[in-house]
Order: sequence, then C-alpha cells, then structure tokens
Amino acid sequence: MSEQNASAAPLPASADNQGYIAARQPPEKVGGLLVWLRKNLFSGPINSLISLVLLYLIVRIVTPVVQWGLINATWVGSSRQDCTGDGACWVFITTRLGQIIYGFYPTPERWRVDVTLAMFAVLLVWLVIPRLPYKKIAGLLTLFAFPVVAYFLLLGGSFGLPYVPTRQWGGLMLTLVIATVGIVCSIPLGILLALGRRSSMPFVKAVCVVFIEFWRGVPLITVLFMASVMFPLFVPAQLEVDRLVRALIGISFFWSAYMAEVVRSGLQAIPKGQDEAAAALGLGYWQRTGLVVLPQALKLVISGIVSTCISLFKDTTLVLIIGLFDLLGVIRAGLTDTAWLGYATEGYVFAAILFWAFCFSMSRYSQYLERRLHTGHR
Amino acid sequence: MLRPSTSIPKRARGPLWRDPQVRSLVIQTVLLIALVGVIMLMIHNTMANLQARGINTGFAFLDYRAGFSIAQTLNDYSSNSSYGDAFLAGLYNTLLVSILGIIASTVVGLVVGIARLSPNWLLARVATVYIEIFRNIPLLLQILFWYFAALGALPQLRQSLSLFDLFFLNQRGMIIPAPILGEGFSATVYGLLAAVVLAWGLARMNKKRQAETGQRLPIGWINLGVIVVIPLVIFLISGSPLSWSVPELVGFNYRGGLHMIPELIGLWVALTIYTASFIAEIVRSGIQSVSHGQTEAASSLGLPKGITMRKVIMPQAMRLMIPQLSSQYLSLTKNSSLAIAIGYPDLFAVFGNTTMNQTGQAVEIMAITMGVYLALSLITSLLMNLFNSRMALKER
Repeated sequence: MSEQNASAAPLPASADNQGYIAARQPPEKVGGLLVWLRKNLFSGPINSLISLVLLYLIVRIVTPVVQWGLINATWVGSSRQDCTGDGACWVFITTRLGQIIYGFYPTPERWRVDVTLAMFAVLLVWLVIPRLPYKKIAGLLTLFAFPVVAYFLLLGGSFGLPYVPTRQWGGLMLTLVIATVGIVCSIPLGILLALGRRSSMPFVKAVCVVFIEFWRGVPLITVLFMASVMFPLFVPAQLEVDRLVRALIGISFFWSAYMAEVVRSGLQAIPKGQDEAAAALGLGYWQRTGLVVLPQALKLVISGIVSTCISLFKDTTLVLIIGLFDLLGVIRAGLTDTAWLGYATEGYVFAAILFWAFCFSMSRYSQYLERRLHTGHR
Repeated sequence: MLRPSTSIPKRARGPLWRDPQVRSLVIQTVLLIALVGVIMLMIHNTMANLQARGINTGFAFLDYRAGFSIAQTLNDYSSNSSYGDAFLAGLYNTLLVSILGIIASTVVGLVVGIARLSPNWLLARVATVYIEIFRNIPLLLQILFWYFAALGALPQLRQSLSLFDLFFLNQRGMIIPAPILGEGFSATVYGLLAAVVLAWGLARMNKKRQAETGQRLPIGWINLGVIVVIPLVIFLISGSPLSWSVPELVGFNYRGGLHMIPELIGLWVALTIYTASFIAEIVRSGIQSVSHGQTEAASSLGLPKGITMRKVIMPQAMRLMIPQLSSQYLSLTKNSSLAIAIGYPDLFAVFGNTTMNQTGQAVEIMAITMGVYLALSLITSLLMNLFNSRMALKER
C-alpha cells in the first residue's frame, strides 16, 4: 500500500527545476463495485479463500432450500394427493390453517377470537407507534379494560355467549394468550421482587432472594410439571383450578424472577444520590421509587426486559409437554394425523417462520426503542 | 439579635405509624405470618390430599425395583435396578448431554462471534444471519425439527452414510469406533497428567524468566512437545495397550463401536446450535467492549495482530464474557430437560416423569429433581463468582 502511494504521489523534490510540478498519477479509485469487492471480500489470500468457500456453501444450501420451499412446492389443494411435486407440501398447512390459529375453538364462535385479536392489534399499534397520541389512555385500556373484555369474550358463559372451556383453546390464539398474560403479570411482579431484594428490611430481602434464586435455578419444564401435577395437591381437594390457569401461574412466577434480575441491574445503575435527593425533597418511599428511581432504571433495561419477553414468548411452546395445544402443539398433533404422515419438515418450518417473525420483530422494536429513549449522554 | 438555641422547639415524635422502624417491623411481621400461614395451609392440604388418594410418602421407594428399561445408561442399570439407580442413570445422561453441549456450543459460538466481527463482509453477514435465525426460534421447536425432520430424513440402517467405513450415520443413530483400553493403559494417563503438570511448571518458569530478563522461549511449542511426547513414549513402552472396536454391519445391526442414540444426537445438535447463537453475541459484545485505543496502543508497541488479540483484547473481553457465559451454560443444562419431548432419557424424563408416573410420589420426586437442578446452578454460580473475582479488574 505504502509503495503504491509513493509511486502515485511523487515527492515535490522530483519536480523538475523549472518550478513546474510534475503531473501526478490519478488517485486510487475509492468507489465502485470492484473496489468494494476487493476491500470487503478479497483483501488477501485467506480472505479470498473464505469468501469463495462461503459463496460455494451458500449456493449449495440456498438453492435446494428455495427449490424445495418455493419453486417445487405445492400451495393449493385439499389432500395429500395434491402434493405431487418433490417440493414442500404447504397444503398440509393451508388445510389446517383454522386449527393453527384457533385450535379447537368451535367454528361458529371463532369471530370472538377475531375480535379479541383485532382489539389487541389496535391497542398494540397504538402503544408501539410513538406518533399516536393519548398513550396513557391506551396503556390503561391495555392493562385494565382489555384483559376483562378478552376474558369474557374468549371464555363466554355470560352476556349470551356460549361457554368455551379452555381445553378447546389452542393454536396461535393460545400462544398469544399465554405470552400476553405471562408478560403482563411477570413485569409488575418482577419489579416488586427487585425492589424487595434491595429493601432494607432483612426479612423481606431474604424472602425475595430465595424466591428469585429458586425459580431461576430450576428449568421451566419442571415448573410446568409442578403446576400440573403438584398444584392440585397444594389446594383443597374440592377446589379445581383450570389447567391453563395453573400453567399461567407457573409461567408468571418463573419469569417474574428473571424480570426481577433485569430490573435489579437497572436499579443498581442509578446513583444513590437520586434517591437521596428525592428524600431530601420530602418524598416518601413509593413516590421516590415510582417517580424518580424506577423511570430511570426501567429506561436503562428496556432491552433486557424485551429479551426476557422474547424468551418468554419462545418458551410458551413448553406447554405442549403438559398437554396444552399451543401453536406448536397443534402442528405436532397434525403430524400424527394418519392421513398426513411424513410432513414433519413442513410443519416445523412453518412454525419456525411464525415464531421467528414474532421474536425478530420484538427484538428489532426494542433496538429502535432503545435508540429513541437514549436521551442522556451519548 | 440572636435567638438562644434553647428556644428551638424539640421536634415532636410523630404518630407511631410514621416511624420507619415501627413500620418495617410491622411489615415484616405481617409478611412472616402470611408466609407461614400459606405454607402451613399448603402442607395441610397436601397431607390431606395424599391421604385421600392413598399415596405413600417418604423416600423408601428409591430402593424399589424400577422395572423399566432406559435406552442409554452410563451406569450399569437394568430394569431390575432400583429407582435410585434410575435416578443416577438419568443424572449421568443429563450431565453427558450438558457437557457435550457446553463444549460444542462454546467452540461454535466463539467462531461465529469472531466471524461476525470479521472484515470479510460475507463472513460477517453469514454469522449475523446464523445468529438472528437461531436465537429467535424456540429451542423446543429446534429439538423437534432436528430429531423428527432432519434425523428422520437420514437413510435406513442398510444404506448408512459412512465416513472412511469408520463412522456410520443412520436413522438409528451414529456409530463411531470405540477405544478398548488394554492392560496398563493407566500408565499413559498418569504420564499425560505428569506432562500437563510439567508443562504448567515450564510455563511458570518461562514467565518468571521473561519478567527478569525480557527473553522468552517458544514455550507453546515446547509444551506441546512435552504433552505429546511423554505420554506417547510411555504408551509405546507399555506395549501400545489400546485397540479400537470398529463397527461393522452384521445381520440387522452394527456390531462393535460406540452407539450414540439418535435422541442424544438430536438434542446435542439443537442445544449446540441454539446456545451457540447466544454465545456468539456474548463474544461479539465482549470483544467490542474493549476500547479501540487498546488495539491501537498494542500496535504502536509493535505487537502483532495475533498477540494483540490473545494478550490484550481477550483478557479484557473475558472479564465481561465470563458471567454471561456461565449463565448460558447454566441455561443449557436446564434446557437439556426438554429432552423429554423426544424421549432422551435425561434426569427429568427418567425420574421426574417415568418414575413419578409409576410411584405417584410427586412431592418427593419433584423435590429431588428440582433440588438437583438447583444445586447444579448454585454450584456453577459459586464457581463462576470465584473465577470472576479472580478475573475482575484489580483496582488498588
């Protein structure tokens, strides 16, 4: 590189003695495809080798996948006889799309799920897009009004709506119910636990530490088993708690411990002076915490909270092991249908795409939010 | 005119419920009473329920005959063994897949994490795509995919994929050559241990010498030689007491070799790929957390790139990476309990599920199972805290 520079830009000393400066070589090209390629892919022998090997691998892997999933795939049909090509048989998915979304929810009542999902979507859009006004109203509606409405709408049994027991719930709808309830319950509980863990009251602190470390130390699957097998033992025999509710309690406790640790890391990052200054102004504990410390702490840990939410969303799939039919559970049940044996790849790939879309958009949104809220020192 | 200080009225003691000490005492007492009440109620209910259902209590069942067989056992377990042995078999299987997963995911994660920072555009993009795909798909889904879809697409036993006729891969798992340790192989193992100790001593001596004289020997190569040559010589002197059991197709199955069941392979692959995507992000953020000035300072001292990475950047990045890595290893161990979805006989599947279904003693079995995971995670975090405090920034 340095040799090239030397030859491209001769020193003034080499200019002839008449006072003229010799014409210089044109500078090296800095733009264009070839330069970009040389700089980013072929900057040396090893890099060139890596690039070529990767290119070869990408072609070898992506071509068959595209051919299988798009070009040779069968999209329309009603039975497996329609799948004649050697590509993917998406008919397996399209014929049971209703089940994938609604589970075993009775067909004439599915509009209730649609309405709930639509309300949820509207509230979510309202909350997520920063330009829309009245965020406080939206937040209150989401936290207090929506759960009540959704509860009566989905479960029924009142207001003239037929009762739909939770064992008929399933599919994407059940996944969303579990994830939403889990997130909405575990965040406040996690904040309380985090505050408790930093409390000056030794007994409160000890209880919170034991609670957090217990749930963080055991796998979620054992928690779900405990909720389904041991929970009935803990309550009086005549009290029968719904299986979905038991799973939701387990999930909320489990994830609140993780949320607590995330929130605690944020609380630790706020200098003690903030709390002391607020105390000097005469604010009580809840005012200091709620108005001064928490807003700053939560802003710091948004990415941690969202990534915990993503983990929660991914781990809702575990409920299929205790016999609830979430999105993955419904697809797995479809795979055991004797008329449709052998479409495991299509089923799992479809489920993977759906889950991926949800999780990826959540993580992107958290990155965006973090950039937007990064108001302090850069 | 100055007012005498005595005229300042003494601050009156407020109402009792405003006193912080009284308040904290009251809150804690109420919490204690509520907690004890709930626990007593739960114990009472559990006792009543167990009695009503006629379920035994106590740990005597651990000595009863289990009566079920386990697909993969590292201890000598048969269906005649006790539930206690079944517990150990499951525990060993959990540890096996966790250790295999930790090693593989560390290697893959390190490679992908460094690749993501590569100046090669394509390599960095491929690493990013890998991370973004696999960490956003539920692990359970990945386990099911690798076990049912990917391993299900493997050929039948007769058409096994083979590598050099030594390794075979088919629907029933992977068969690899197994070492058969002969008489006197332990001498080689002791030799290896001695060589490692010697190499460690040499490295220390070299470090001291470098600190005194500024000169250093090519210690890496010397120690490699020490570690390879000493055990090799002992191995040859003791008459090469090692042979290989090579698998060969006899009738309807492979004879000889080490059989890895497909459940182990599926679980291992899924755990590795999933955890590696998180480890890669940890590695990347660790390396990026070391300020660029460190790299520049190292290169202004004339250190080559490799040494800068090993001696300047990595030690500092490690400080940030170790706590996060340890929590990833822990969650890998806990995630291995998803084995139950594909029937890999791990602790939870064997003990928490099969044994519980047979004996019905849910309380004892869940307590033991959760206790094991809890103990594993507490021990790991203890060790990591110890290691962390050694690695942490020495501020004086």
